[in-house]
Amino acid sequence: MSTIEQAPAKHVGRSLRRKEDPRLITGRAQYVDDITLHGMLHMAVVRSPEAHARIVSIDTAAASAMDGVTAVFTGEDLSDLLAPLPMAWAPPGVEMKVPERWPLARGTVNHVGDAVAMVVGEDKYVVADAAQAVVVEYEPLAVVVDLEEALKDEVLVHESLGTNKTHEWSMGGGDVAAAIAAADVVVEQRIVNHRIAGAPIEPRGVIAEYRSGSLTVWSSTQVPHLLRLFFAVQMGIAEDHVRCIAPEVGGGFGGKLQVCAEETLCAWASKQLGRPVKWIETRSENMAVSHHGRDQVDYVTIAAKSDGTITAFHANIIQDCGAYLGLLTPMIPELGAFVMTGCYKIPNVKTDITGVLTNKYITDAIRGAGRPEMTHMLEVMIDQLAARLEMDPIELRRKNFIPADEFPYETPYGITYDSGDYAATLDRALEMLDMDALRAEQASLREQGTLRGVGFSTYTEICGLAPSRAVGPKGFGLGIGLYESALIRVHPTGTVTVFTGTSPHGQGHETGFAQIVADRLGTDPSCVEVIHGDTATGPMGLGTYGSRSLSVGGVAAAHAAEKLAEKCREIVAFNLEANVADIEVGDGRFSLVGDPDKGMTLAEIAGCAYIDATAMPEGMELGLEQSLIYDPSNFVFPFGAHVCVIDIDAVTGKAEVVRWIAVDDCGPAINPMLIDGQIHGGIVHAIGQALFERISYDENGQLETGSFVSYALPSAAELPSFETDRTETPSPVNSLGVKGVGEAGTIAASAAVTNAVIDALRPLGIDFINMPLTSMRVWEAIQEKGGAPA
Amino acid sequence: MGTIVPLQITVNGQPLQTPVEARVLLVHYLRDTLGLTGTHVGCDTSNCGACTCLVDGESVKSCTVLAVQCDGTEVTTIEGMAGADGELHPLQQGFWDEHGLQCGYCTPGMIMAAADLIERHGSGPISEEDVRQGLEGNLCRCTGYHNIVKAVQAAAEAMGKVPA
Repeated sequence: MSTIEQAPAKHVGRSLRRKEDPRLITGRAQYVDDITLHGMLHMAVVRSPEAHARIVSIDTAAASAMDGVTAVFTGEDLSDLLAPLPMAWAPPGVEMKVPERWPLARGTVNHVGDAVAMVVGEDKYVVADAAQAVVVEYEPLAVVVDLEEALKDEVLVHESLGTNKTHEWSMGGGDVAAAIAAADVVVEQRIVNHRIAGAPIEPRGVIAEYRSGSLTVWSSTQVPHLLRLFFAVQMGIAEDHVRCIAPEVGGGFGGKLQVCAEETLCAWASKQLGRPVKWIETRSENMAVSHHGRDQVDYVTIAAKSDGTITAFHANIIQDCGAYLGLLTPMIPELGAFVMTGCYKIPNVKTDITGVLTNKYITDAIRGAGRPEMTHMLEVMIDQLAARLEMDPIELRRKNFIPADEFPYETPYGITYDSGDYAATLDRALEMLDMDALRAEQASLREQGTLRGVGFSTYTEICGLAPSRAVGPKGFGLGIGLYESALIRVHPTGTVTVFTGTSPHGQGHETGFAQIVADRLGTDPSCVEVIHGDTATGPMGLGTYGSRSLSVGGVAAAHAAEKLAEKCREIVAFNLEANVADIEVGDGRFSLVGDPDKGMTLAEIAGCAYIDATAMPEGMELGLEQSLIYDPSNFVFPFGAHVCVIDIDAVTGKAEVVRWIAVDDCGPAINPMLIDGQIHGGIVHAIGQALFERISYDENGQLETGSFVSYALPSAAELPSFETDRTETPSPVNSLGVKGVGEAGTIAASAAVTNAVIDALRPLGIDFINMPLTSMRVWEAIQEKGGAPA
Repeated sequence: MGTIVPLQITVNGQPLQTPVEARVLLVHYLRDTLGLTGTHVGCDTSNCGACTCLVDGESVKSCTVLAVQCDGTEVTTIEGMAGADGELHPLQQGFWDEHGLQCGYCTPGMIMAAADLIERHGSGPISEEDVRQGLEGNLCRCTGYHNIVKAVQAAAEAMGKVPA
């Protein structure tokens, strides 16, 4: 109890070391693959080598006869499933074409890696062998890979749909056509935002155990509660008989918010065979059939007056959905569209989106989900416009920023930005940069054959996914509203358990949420345990994605703790024979205002609540527990300024990031160390996309980047350290003033890299280049302009 | 089931004699036979380094070596890094103090690779560049490496190496 009494008054705002880490640094954490159940079988999936084909026959005899093989199942065997895999977005008034996506293919395969059969057996080596022994005869069909080709409908991915176009969606504010016609300067550009992987280092994994009418599933997922809901729908098991557990999850980046075929396959097989079934994804599978991200072609127009006042912005976005629609696939570009005008006052804006099917794997939410694409096109176009106007891109940004005194600010799309001070983050970034010194270095390096460039990206984004009315079925059209839960239980000895409906996979909720709750209950974070990712322990929750955990789930925990604190104050007042209004929390306990010697620790209060009922006010409910659902009134809108300094070897085209400055604002910090960590990782995900990473299919739909041998995830050797700082502009939306930060770095960074590369290459006459800015692509661009300068 | 062969191996200081299927990878032997699940599999192609452990003191990617190839060797895994009294190894301490991990999946491999890196580096100063080049074979998707580099430098200093 001494730690409680000695606790400092305030834990929020401190860079507390993580409570999660001791188990992780000693090898004691338990990821899905670390779990072994008695009698557990292993599952391997037989996958299509064809991008588009009719299944003529599947011969499972040889595989079934192998030693250690328990069963082989095909799509026909799973005909008792009540629903295909889900797609959860149905915007009112928008016609969607949704191809059915079953866990095992029914009749045709539509991308390389489409699941055709599953093999279940005693040992993972055995099932891997047996999967090779399943003989599938395919009749190849015509393949369409390029998204703009697919729009022509000459080759159909799904014959039954009659078209490859899944939907069209538009949003507009003001009069874009008139503004473009009246503008002094109009710049147009085709921007390709290529396909990338989430690539968490832990691949996906599932164990399902069906026993006595109840199903328990351990999955490397970001959304255990959604998974439970889906199992109830798809397998017809009452929801109270389904338990989903996300144990330690080794990174997600959006890739694990999908409701996956393999989760169904393990559950279905366990029900059939009466034994637990485990599937662990190989990296090759992860590259082929964990959903990809981005993959848009954007036709973008920006218009301005000659003084640099931006008058219109229009984006015509074509989204490559892949062969099916995943849980959120068609929603992804729309999420970006909500902040189409970024940090700027642009009175006329329009976004037109077309979804298209191709014979590739599905795209869906990957870190940032629509907002990196949107920020990229806007911030790259700002630099393009600046060049056309012969204006400093920094000044162009500054001229068009929404001024700090105009918040809350309603955009032409009717979205209300909560708070912001864009100039402040840019000013701070410039102070850290020293532009004059940089331009001098640029000039002297150029003489030595190194092309140095500097690129900016000033962003704002929309996150904290909620509020339920806005995003739910009758609003934006998600199949479920987004809110978040917290259940706080103070135990009889005064220690605290917080159950959250969010489901972290590296973010540090166990620490940050403990800091928030500890402050409110007058205890120490070491006495607060945060439990997540288990549908059997806490209330309904929506999981972790869209930078929502803190600003929705963390606020839920804060509110629940505040309600408990109120009860604590009443108990203390009763015992001290004082007024409730005179009891304050602080200094590790609840005490009398002006006489801090008189007070009670949380342990003493819990003793009243659970052990000695006579110490409780008459009529007060015993116990010390609070459950709460928080549904915020608005999204939150983090912002910031990022600067990339890049050196390009004029001979080889190799680009190297040499400096990175990031000034971000996500409101008041709960734990600054965790914020910096999120920013670092977020930036690198986008540097990866901008310089190295690309999911590539050939013209036959064959995946060319099926492992880490061919997919270039950046290593420490390719990156610099980062110079970070923050400003703190509170959000009026929630009582903590907080905004999300998990995706901010990724949203900001690819435009800064691209702008830096263009800045470096512009003296050679190169004024635009699309990602990925690999050595080869940059070298080719230089060659087209006559080669490296002598 | 393939050929079973005898295996004499010392893991985290404990001598073992366990027959093993000839085709079993070292990482699967550690995880499935010995229950040492701190060593992870991330890529199957020796690119990501999540499976890194020490074989006779040298860092080895255990997803691409057979258990039988390690006959007669001494293997150290993440579970063997802390002292018998639970005192953390300076690298474990460094990763904790510097927020050198998020999801933690790459962390055991990072720590084992860093242990070899510091050992091989000898007594001279260890620079940021040394750490970055030395950890090129270990991938992390969460941290952007910034704090991993700081963690390794802090550990190196705690182990008596002078920072560059």
